[in-house]
Amino acid sequence: MHISEGVLSAPVLLSGGALTVVGTAIGLKKLDYDHMAQVGILSSAFFMASLIHVPIGPSSVHLLLNGIVGLLLGWGAFPAILVGLALQAMFFQFGGITVLGVNTLNVAGPAVICYYLFGNLVKKDSGMALVAAFACGAFSVLLTALMVAISLLFTEEHFVEVATLVVTAHLPVMVIEGIVTAFCIGFLKKVKPDSLPGFSGTPGPRTTV
Amino acid sequence: MLSEAFAQGKSILHRLDPRLRIVFATLFSFLLAVSMGFPTLLAGLTLSVILVLTSGLPLKDVAKRLTTINIFNILLFLVLPITFAPPPAFLLGPVACSREGLLLAARITLKSNAILMVFIALIATMSIATLGHGLNRLRMPRKIVYLLLIAYRYVFVLEQEYQRLSTAIRVRGFVPGTNLHTYKTYAYLFGMLLVRALARAERVYQSMLCRGFKGKFYCIHQFSFSSTDRIWAGYLLLTLILLGGMEWLMPTLF
Repeated sequence: MHISEGVLSAPVLLSGGALTVVGTAIGLKKLDYDHMAQVGILSSAFFMASLIHVPIGPSSVHLLLNGIVGLLLGWGAFPAILVGLALQAMFFQFGGITVLGVNTLNVAGPAVICYYLFGNLVKKDSGMALVAAFACGAFSVLLTALMVAISLLFTEEHFVEVATLVVTAHLPVMVIEGIVTAFCIGFLKKVKPDSLPGFSGTPGPRTTV
Repeated sequence: MLSEAFAQGKSILHRLDPRLRIVFATLFSFLLAVSMGFPTLLAGLTLSVILVLTSGLPLKDVAKRLTTINIFNILLFLVLPITFAPPPAFLLGPVACSREGLLLAARITLKSNAILMVFIALIATMSIATLGHGLNRLRMPRKIVYLLLIAYRYVFVLEQEYQRLSTAIRVRGFVPGTNLHTYKTYAYLFGMLLVRALARAERVYQSMLCRGFKGKFYCIHQFSFSSTDRIWAGYLLLTLILLGGMEWLMPTLF
């Protein structure tokens, strides 16, 4: 998911950076200092998620979980993911300075989109919430993979094969992320319902698995 | 265990002003990322190797950090020459390898290694706390700096929570596999991590209020720009001008 340094062309880097700046500005504006600690700690939770390896067939993969971050933070996903990716660059040298903008856009953009698409559905008291949470997790990974592919294609048309490889490699991850998001959101609704923005409170009998 | 392995060191690079290092690394990275000429890229790579050697970091560890991008680079060398339609340069067995594809793969390899090595030599050699304070002095928005520092401070706490939960599930006989039970367990694990993180955040906020937090974040760390920093700033500026000049005068030498 991290595009590494030196691959993308100048226009892609700059437009990715510009859009990330806009997204982060919107996210920061909606963030008052009261919730700063919460976003910061969720940011480190997002960073921790990249260290959790989930088995899939013969190998393992680390989850992205931008669907969950989007549902919990809305536009705050932009600054949270920006900081999370900066920490990954500092600790493990994944990504880097020039690609920070594009990588943040590719991960946080889908998070915000899924927040708008599925945010309300997830709070409902029926089995629909489960399906919506699965769709949120899967769709956010799909969108991220597509945006990575688009970033590569805008750089160089001949990256078609590499881009296709990236998207197909993420199809199984999509399914797993959907499952994990569904269970995780169900868990959060039962244990800490006020973590979902706007969720009124008492969970009904069928909101969990 | 998470650790900032490269941040402890005593080389001259570790002692340079963090603001200088951040600014130079950023300018260098962008300059190299948009350059096309091989002379520029090779010069950039040479510079980055010199910086890594100056930093005194264990070379094996640096090489380990470079493996991920180089695996991707090898993939590019395998895929790009074959998929670039235009003039094939030579035939490798039954397959026509294009010159353009090879050159692109070579460019990307040089760029990614050079940029990452400069990052390791200059930025990874400071602790994230220093990075945060440096960014604040460089006038990054306060809220972002604050988020970075809070996230950094709690990463280690959350890692310990994760280890505790991880041990708990293993003690209960959890063996990861490709099944629903595994995904459910990991989902609940992450959910629990989030719940604990949020509860902690609430307590952190309350304790900040108790200590008089009024909504403004103050960064009191001062950096001093010494004569060593001035000399290095001069050198580094010269290298940037040199690289820029090379790119301008010899953009395509192949």
